[in-house]
Amino acid sequence: MSSNIPADLKYSKEHEWVRVEGNRATIGITHFAQDELGDIVFVELPETGQELTANSTFGTVESVKTVSDLFAPVSGRIVEVNQALADAPEQVNQDPYGAGWMVVVEMSNPGELDELLDAAGYAQHTAE
Amino acid sequence: MAGLKRTPLYPVYERYGAKTVDFGGFEMPVQFSSILAEHEAVRTSAGLFDVSHMGEFEVTGAGARAFLQRLVTNDLSRLEPGSAMYSPMTYEHGGTVDDLLVYCFSDTRFWTVVNAGNIHKDWEWMNAALRADEPVSLVNRSDEIALLALQGPKAQAILQPLTPLALAELPYYRFAEATVVGHPAVVSRTGYTGEDGFELYVGAKDAEDVWQRILDQGQDTVKPCGLGARDTLRLEARLPLYGHELTDDVNPLEAGLGPFVKLEAGPFIGRAALAQAKADGLKRRIVGFRLLERGIPRQGYPVWADGRVVGQVTSGTMSPTLHEPIGLALVDAAFAKVGTALSVEIRGRQSAAEVVKTPFYRRAK
Repeated sequence: MSSNIPADLKYSKEHEWVRVEGNRATIGITHFAQDELGDIVFVELPETGQELTANSTFGTVESVKTVSDLFAPVSGRIVEVNQALADAPEQVNQDPYGAGWMVVVEMSNPGELDELLDAAGYAQHTAE
Repeated sequence: MAGLKRTPLYPVYERYGAKTVDFGGFEMPVQFSSILAEHEAVRTSAGLFDVSHMGEFEVTGAGARAFLQRLVTNDLSRLEPGSAMYSPMTYEHGGTVDDLLVYCFSDTRFWTVVNAGNIHKDWEWMNAALRADEPVSLVNRSDEIALLALQGPKAQAILQPLTPLALAELPYYRFAEATVVGHPAVVSRTGYTGEDGFELYVGAKDAEDVWQRILDQGQDTVKPCGLGARDTLRLEARLPLYGHELTDDVNPLEAGLGPFVKLEAGPFIGRAALAQAKADGLKRRIVGFRLLERGIPRQGYPVWADGRVVGQVTSGTMSPTLHEPIGLALVDAAFAKVGTALSVEIRGRQSAAEVVKTPFYRRAK
């Protein structure tokens, strides 16, 4: 297993990761995604209090060359947004699972987590 | 990628970690390490690009100059052997077929260097314009010629030990037939980055050796660069890109290329239409703008002013040198003045912008 796919996270096929702590889920994009995008120069995120719906877009991440939608891996209300990314979007490249986190949601339907991939499943997904 | 052409340098891409994309029908490196790092290398040191996808047509014969003058808007009568000239090539209606470089080797031997995506179209266009009795021969040498661009303030220092040609004596837009690491080469002081630099036309079989020797010579002062950095560099320097600022629908006057349209030269195809457009006053213009809010303008985004759509973005990026979002847009001429307030519609939302002077970046002389 690659260290670029932490074993303790869940993953969506659209290359978001989810770290679950109780009812809260921290969301970001994977190492694979940031590497595919290249230098990230802009991240547009929703505001605290907004509701996310699983599998719908909640923001965009732009590299020099491309615009990519962010898809919510789970539903819920946003309780935290990584404001640092407004001025330092390169943190998504440098530390996608740490300083590059994007939002924290309070999940409304934790059962949705079962639809996500585990690290092994995601490794297989990105190898395809 | 299936169906895409590859340049003679394709085999070295992987060694340098390139990510490739389809550009003009070629599988080209968009980046080797990072677009931002490559961009900065060219602005502060040097970068080496494979631009072998560009097309080269050789035009020879007693009628070569007169033939080319019928096709391009610039004044070729002033083009001396050893000089290159930039020019748009237009349709009868004034829209742009392509923008290209004309190299004059002698009064009877020229090259035109054309955009990769237009090679086929230009070849057909030029052949169709050739009269049966005209003493001109046209040869498409695109596949046998590779093109490397070494760009940046350290380009001359890196290249000089590799060629007997005295580079300091080669002015901007001049070229010479010489050798680079022993291989025959056309060494041209031209580029598409807004920096000093050289474009090296070499035989396809020599491309890999020249590429490698330049990187060895430059060590950590030169980076292999992809088309991503080439695009951000040319945009900061406000150099047009065909398919963005120039299209078959946009004439070179609208694109701000008036200095390269010599209405007294020629006659050339499109002259009457361009003279008329100028006499009537331009309806649209390409303008430079900067975004005053967060976001990144992209090609095709609508541009608003006075509560209506007045144009669209032709190119946009987060400027790596200026650290702000910049772009070019084709807008109604009434909104083209520097300082005009515009807004760019980004994913359904209006972001404030203003027309600014271009180029966005100009190197210190």
